[in-house]
Amino acid sequence: MKWPALPRPEGRQFIIGIPWFWLALFFLLPFLFVLKLSLSESTLAQPPYLDIVREFKDGLVVLAINLGNYELLLEDSLYVKALISSLEIAAFSTLLTLLLGYPMAYAIARAPRHWRLPLMMLIILPFWTSFLIRVYAWIGILKNNGLINQTLMALGLIDSPLEMLHTPFAVYVGIVYSYLPFMVLPLYATLIRLDMTLLEAAADLGCRPWKQFLTITLPLSLPGVLAGAMLVFIPVMGEFVIPDLLGGPNTLMLGKLMWTEFFSNKDWPLASALAAVLLVVLIIPFMLLRHFERRSEEAQ
Amino acid sequence: MTRRSPLLLSVLLFGYAFLYGPIISLMVYSFNESRLVTVWGGFSTKWYFELLDNDQILGAAWLSIKIAAVNASVAVVLGTLAAMALVRYGRFRGRATLETMVTAPMVMPDVIIGLSLLLLFVSMERLTGWPQGRGQTTITLAHITFSMAYVTVVVRSRLAHMDRSLEEAALDLGARPMKVFFAITLPIIAPALAAGWLLAFTLSMDDLVIASFVSGPGATTLPMVVYSSVRLGVSPEINALATIIVVIVSLAVAAAGLLMYRQEKRQQD
Repeated sequence: MKWPALPRPEGRQFIIGIPWFWLALFFLLPFLFVLKLSLSESTLAQPPYLDIVREFKDGLVVLAINLGNYELLLEDSLYVKALISSLEIAAFSTLLTLLLGYPMAYAIARAPRHWRLPLMMLIILPFWTSFLIRVYAWIGILKNNGLINQTLMALGLIDSPLEMLHTPFAVYVGIVYSYLPFMVLPLYATLIRLDMTLLEAAADLGCRPWKQFLTITLPLSLPGVLAGAMLVFIPVMGEFVIPDLLGGPNTLMLGKLMWTEFFSNKDWPLASALAAVLLVVLIIPFMLLRHFERRSEEAQ
Repeated sequence: MTRRSPLLLSVLLFGYAFLYGPIISLMVYSFNESRLVTVWGGFSTKWYFELLDNDQILGAAWLSIKIAAVNASVAVVLGTLAAMALVRYGRFRGRATLETMVTAPMVMPDVIIGLSLLLLFVSMERLTGWPQGRGQTTITLAHITFSMAYVTVVVRSRLAHMDRSLEEAALDLGARPMKVFFAITLPIIAPALAAGWLLAFTLSMDDLVIASFVSGPGATTLPMVVYSSVRLGVSPEINALATIIVVIVSLAVAAAGLLMYRQEKRQQD
């Protein structure tokens, strides 16, 4: 659908220009500062880094580019391990979210019409309440004298508490719990638009329900699956709160490491180099997300 | 659902139990007499009174509310402009960049947004002397930047689906575009603006990571206080605070849902 352009070209310039420049200034430009700082040296000062462009008293301007931060990231196995572990955690938790989110989205899309809106509202509602507090709620449930262990011990199923908090298990629970709405929303949007006549035709021709699902529903909902997967994968790669509160000291993730470098070690340049690496890693998944979003816009 | 599969239904039920169980457990334990959060010591509302006496939490909550309200109001204006540009102006120079810039803040990890904005503010202060130091202003600017992306999504879908015949009729009758926007377009998209404002408000009230990066000494928001107390373990006061937040949000969302439901019904009748 194409709208005729509104008259008054000067108004048009403002409507496009104001949000454009705001985002260019506060969203795009800052990335250049991250790149610049990742090439500088850290020092004990306020702010704690040496600018890469330095001017001396005699008017000499020196460009001091320091690749040491990136060398350190490659040399110290901690950072490489953190990258691999972030990729693993993000990929596996995306899969888990999909396994829970797909049947939920499917059931809601196939529910009676007047049930769909309230059911979707119930999916979105937790997203509106504090993320931090929802993650915190799991501490009380998973800890050694928490709800799960107390219940299991009262039932006599276990003798000593199961170690759950500060383990990878707790991190996965926290991620699936927090990011489930991001998976269900795009899945629901694709499943609700699915042409039901295709399924009816297949059924009339004797196709069994599970085969209908595998050959028709699943392939047609693939754009929703991939959009949902990217909506979970990308932010989880840099997640800080969940691994910090629910994970243990051995839970290595880039977001948590960046936080430590920045706040505890006050090493701004190294934190910037980590951010730059994370940014580069996320470019491909982000392009994928944009691709599927554009496709679903065109479909509408 | 033509055939109700019991497996599908049980996954759905499990999913909702998974989403709501932890929140409900927090709410129940906020009324627990005992400080040992997991041991039930009888019903009590004392943690709510202790919360009211906690000046640090109240001060932080007030700062967060101020930031969230300013943030939401500016984000609604900017987000609506961005949505208008994307829906109404077809192809224009810089469209692809604008599309990317309104999508990216929603998925970009908070640690990256926080660090990059802090570096921007530090450099800006060095070059221009503004913003002086970091605190309320820098947190608000940072929040507007990511909130406006969410507002854009909400307003954009409303704009794309609205019936334009009223606007065209008004233009044909000689109304000026500004007048058409304020008299016709704005009332039609008002529910989306309200939803966008509320969303921007809650996102700001909820942000820990970005605010921690761009804040300075003296500006402590509610999530920062909650985080530092939660790191020390489970606290009944935080449970009480969580209960209050959940109740307020649920009431607001339920009211909004009811409003949408009635509107939809009226349209169908």
